[in-house]
Amino acid sequence: MTGTHDLSSPPVIVLENLVKFFGRFAAIRGISASFAPARLYVVLGDNGAGKSTLLRIVTGLMEPSQGTVTLLGAGKAREVAHRVGYMAHAPLLYDELSGMENLRYFAGLYGQRGDSICEKAMTMVGLDPQLSRRVGQYSQGMRQRLSLARAVLHDPELILLDEPFSNVDAHSTREMAAVLGQVRDQGKTVFVVTHQAALMEGIADEFVHMAAGQIVARAATTSKVNARVETTP
Amino acid sequence: MTTLGTTRATLLKDLRLEWRSKDALNSMLFFALLVVVVFSFAFNPTAEESRHIAGGLVWVALLFAAIFALNQTWARELRNQVLDAYRVSPAPPNALFLAKAIGNLLFVLILEVLMTPLFVVFYGLRSVGPAWQLIVVALLGTWALVVNGTFFAALSIRTRSREIMLPLILFPISIPALLGMVDATTSILTGDASPDFWIKMLAVYDVVFTAVCLLLFETVLNAE
Repeated sequence: MTGTHDLSSPPVIVLENLVKFFGRFAAIRGISASFAPARLYVVLGDNGAGKSTLLRIVTGLMEPSQGTVTLLGAGKAREVAHRVGYMAHAPLLYDELSGMENLRYFAGLYGQRGDSICEKAMTMVGLDPQLSRRVGQYSQGMRQRLSLARAVLHDPELILLDEPFSNVDAHSTREMAAVLGQVRDQGKTVFVVTHQAALMEGIADEFVHMAAGQIVARAATTSKVNARVETTP
Repeated sequence: MTTLGTTRATLLKDLRLEWRSKDALNSMLFFALLVVVVFSFAFNPTAEESRHIAGGLVWVALLFAAIFALNQTWARELRNQVLDAYRVSPAPPNALFLAKAIGNLLFVLILEVLMTPLFVVFYGLRSVGPAWQLIVVALLGTWALVVNGTFFAALSIRTRSREIMLPLILFPISIPALLGMVDATTSILTGDASPDFWIKMLAVYDVVFTAVCLLLFETVLNAE
């Protein structure tokens, strides 16, 4: 862990009594929490625990049924959209375009021009910017890497990643985890939703465990967070 | 990024996607071609009869054919959930709508350019009125179709049977525009009456519905 958390800095995310209903089912049940800047958080939990829903609410893709989200000091995600990077479970990429064509388009949405930032992002995730192949012909691991490149392309302060290692081989996963550690070391705040907690041990600053739409434990290591989950009634 | 810049970038991206997949253009062309051929065999009209029915025939064929392009517009944004990448970006929502509407306008205009000679040949058409006015009617009428079509296609993307939903919502709201297009075209082809009223009505329809669609699009885009 090399996070340089300045306690005097305001939190990047503040959740207050957050609730989300899908019909009569409560996916998020009254979460109140705050998260400090320049740290790497790993969000754990079983399927259906509410991890992805929480991320979608934080990014503004979904409105909470109750409660508020303050993101980088703003009440609305749209006001700080240029300071946030989001990687969803789906790749959010056009299959018919090449990697560079995809990145050029998305960089444009953030007001970024020129190939240099796209090339830098592709190189950072271990992809060749000269690769002319269309994304539809990429392997799953390459898609995930490109998706990560898209999320960090505009140099955001806050990066939210939903299962970035799914369907990625062990070697690529370790490389991607190392990249996330480097990004955090540059002062960015990173949230990683994953089931591969062991992989993030030694890189993450804090593990956040979710169950049944609530945050049930927060700790610096997986063993500590697991111990707290077990003692939670 | 400005609305104009994002509109341009999104339009160029969509044109590139269509050039590579040809999903919308191929479907529209085959459908319109079928309508022209089948109707010409079914009716076999004289030149005078053709002038009276061509307006309705052309526009109904184009309206049905345009549905293919309109459904494709958002379908490609739903694959890999790419629309979410746009929604989390600071890019203006209206730029996305304008790019999609202009893209659809281009696709349907290409279809019209390709189909016009076929209509002329199959139905022996010759305009009695000033033929250049047909270009004005085509531009205004096509925009009327695609601006509403793009908006209602966005509205129906999260519904389960969106391919059916789009025509169900779009056709009733397009009736005034369709009436204007058909009557203006028939007036020009037959030379019986002035198409001015219908052209003005189409222009007003375009302005009103473009404004309404732009006003409401952000709500539609972010609806759950």
